[in-house]
Amino acid sequence: MDLAPDTLVLLSRIQFAFTVSFHIVFPAFTIGLSAFIATLLIAHLRTGREHYRTLARFWTKVFAVSFAMGVVSGIVLSYQFGTNWSRFSEITGNVIGPVIGYEVLTAFFLEATFLGIMLFGGDRVPKWLHAMAAVIVAFGTALSAFWILSANSWMQTPAGFEMRDGIAYPVSWFQIVFNPSFPYRFVHMLVAAYLTTSLVVLAVGARYLLAGRFVEEGRTMMRMGVGMLAVLAPLQLVIGDFHGLNTAEHQPAKVAAMEAHWDGSQPADLVLFAWPDAKAERNRFEVSIPKGASLIITHDPNGLFPGLKDFPAEDRPPVWPVFFSFRIMVAIGMLMIAIGFVGAWLWWRGRLFESRWFLRPVGYTWSFGFIAILAGWMVTEIGRQPWIVHGVLRTAQATSPVLTSTVAISLALFVFVYCVVFGVGVLYIRRLLQKGPTPTAHGPDQSLPSRPLAAAQQATREALASGGVS
Amino acid sequence: MTGIEYTMPVIWALLIGTAVALYIVLDGFDLGLGILFPYFRSESDRDQMMNSVAPFWDGNETWLVLGGGGLWVAFPQAYAVIMPALYLPVILMLLALIFRGVAFEFRWVAKPRHRKWDIAFAAGSTVAALSQGVILGGLIQGITVVDGQFAGGAFDWLTPFTLMCGLGVVAGYALLGATWLMMKTEGPVEVRARRFTPRLLALLMLFVGIVSLWTPLAIERIAERWFTMPNVFYLAPVPLATLLLAWVCWRGTLSGRTVQPFLAAVGIFMLAYAGLVISNAPWLVPPTLTIWDTAAYVGSQVFMLIGTTLLLPMVLGYTVFVFWIFRGKLKPGEGYH
Repeated sequence: MDLAPDTLVLLSRIQFAFTVSFHIVFPAFTIGLSAFIATLLIAHLRTGREHYRTLARFWTKVFAVSFAMGVVSGIVLSYQFGTNWSRFSEITGNVIGPVIGYEVLTAFFLEATFLGIMLFGGDRVPKWLHAMAAVIVAFGTALSAFWILSANSWMQTPAGFEMRDGIAYPVSWFQIVFNPSFPYRFVHMLVAAYLTTSLVVLAVGARYLLAGRFVEEGRTMMRMGVGMLAVLAPLQLVIGDFHGLNTAEHQPAKVAAMEAHWDGSQPADLVLFAWPDAKAERNRFEVSIPKGASLIITHDPNGLFPGLKDFPAEDRPPVWPVFFSFRIMVAIGMLMIAIGFVGAWLWWRGRLFESRWFLRPVGYTWSFGFIAILAGWMVTEIGRQPWIVHGVLRTAQATSPVLTSTVAISLALFVFVYCVVFGVGVLYIRRLLQKGPTPTAHGPDQSLPSRPLAAAQQATREALASGGVS
Repeated sequence: MTGIEYTMPVIWALLIGTAVALYIVLDGFDLGLGILFPYFRSESDRDQMMNSVAPFWDGNETWLVLGGGGLWVAFPQAYAVIMPALYLPVILMLLALIFRGVAFEFRWVAKPRHRKWDIAFAAGSTVAALSQGVILGGLIQGITVVDGQFAGGAFDWLTPFTLMCGLGVVAGYALLGATWLMMKTEGPVEVRARRFTPRLLALLMLFVGIVSLWTPLAIERIAERWFTMPNVFYLAPVPLATLLLAWVCWRGTLSGRTVQPFLAAVGIFMLAYAGLVISNAPWLVPPTLTIWDTAAYVGSQVFMLIGTTLLLPMVLGYTVFVFWIFRGKLKPGEGYH
């Protein structure tokens, strides 16, 4: 098959990367948030304490806005496989198609339908049913991650298929769904989603305590956030290590790019900083710990693993984006471990809510989880290049027979619309967070259509007074 | 072709056809409300309209994902030809659905400065409906295919015929929206929707008439199918039943019925849809590729069918459950928000 023009491939890749990056932020947040809300509703059900319900109502509003953005940006993706990657769709459709199909049937309908009850059923259905709807939505979002990560992992480590006349045919569905990298990628992503949301909850809680507003709610949020971080952040390190070993086995070129490791005949140093120079096939300005990478990847300081030079130049991924993204992700992961550890220690000493030196910086970390997730996806997706399906189909052979100019137009439209719509959406979430969890005794909350003008102005004043959440 | 390789694509065509039909009806009334938004000027009317579909719209839109995803699963080659061929209208529809979708949530957070989201809701719904009609028209008029790949131009889909189909879908969705409002709301919104319905019905019948005349004139294979013996006798009931349902819808509206006009409008849509299927089957990418040409490997179709048989009844079950939870009419000022 002939190669499509470079510009077409590049624009198609940018468009997919752009739309999927905007998208992933919202599901990652709503996977964690739905679980958080379900936990709060169950806690309210069991203890009867009102502030759990207040918190659940408050975060449900944030959830609704985020979920809507996740839904509309997700539909784009399900059609983009066809509009921009039609050759990929045709060649892999027999294998990946059903995996995506199962996502729609098992997860999308479940979340979308019970969302109605979760958002609007608070006053219409019994408490237990409302809590159950939240649990079902939380389960649905995680199940959705299961299938989509299975499909993605198959593109990284394809298995259970055979190629006939250039088309992939399924041989074993079990091997396709549970392909070699899937269990690691799925758990890694799911934990990343829960960590990201925990950090948002923790940061918002810290801000409330600093401002002296919503103290009881803020404390609950901090306790839950710190608890999650203290347990999950170290766990994520272990999961990430397993995931890395799996990648070293199946996609050695990706690992070589992650570590900026050029010469496979020598033990690899752990490069803390460098400017990887792909032309000269070496690192400039390198600061490294001798044999550190060999220790991490092979668990032996003198262990060898392939370097970039072991692969023909046309089979190597771009090095610097993979290298830097990986470092950003790991740095944030370490920071999360530190926050979890310090937070847990302060909690144990009974000073968690008074230590302003802790609350103040933590209040600024709300976005870190999202950055880490995006960086992680850059590592795995750019690291898979030049393949769209590793070892099977090259990205340059997978595009649609459309004009480069057409893709340029659609890309410009996507950039414009996404920046406007999702930019405003994030501002609205910020507005909701600034307004905070105002308790409601009963009945519909204050976001009712007839909400008086005064309430909005009051919220704006409070927001200005508290100095903004950004 | 052995038995299963013949029947599987037929089963899948029926399943995807059902998903698309459900999407047209369910998201049709959602989008219809958006199309009618500019004709309801007061804020409380608009609140009430939006609230009448707020718990359902997300589930309704999921049928669109199933339609697109299902096409990829069962007919990957058709998916790989149709999507590039209709690239621009598909992208336009997706962008329009973004505006209308986020408006459902943003509008409440933005209050009292929510006017821009009223516009986004109305424009997004209208453009999405128009694009869907154009996509449909583009498919009916045919796609240039060489060696199983799309080989036409970027604007092949843009013809007077496809634009007429687009306007027809806008009018039809508006009718579904108006009849939905009669069924699900009380007060001034219901009264106004009842006033609009006869006009929308007349408009839809006009478009259905135009498209029905235009299609056989422009497309020979369809003329052949319609006007040869004995097909004429089999097909004649479709326009007759459409006229009957239009009368039922009109009578129901004038005599103050709540559910009857909506069901009649749904019936009109289903008949028009059936007409399309009759005219085009078994072509999936007219006029070159049939459902059998584009079918996925039979093992993939079977694997997905097993899951669908188990899961689809569940999906339908809890969809009905949610519509039942939020049953009844919505009074002015009342909302689930």
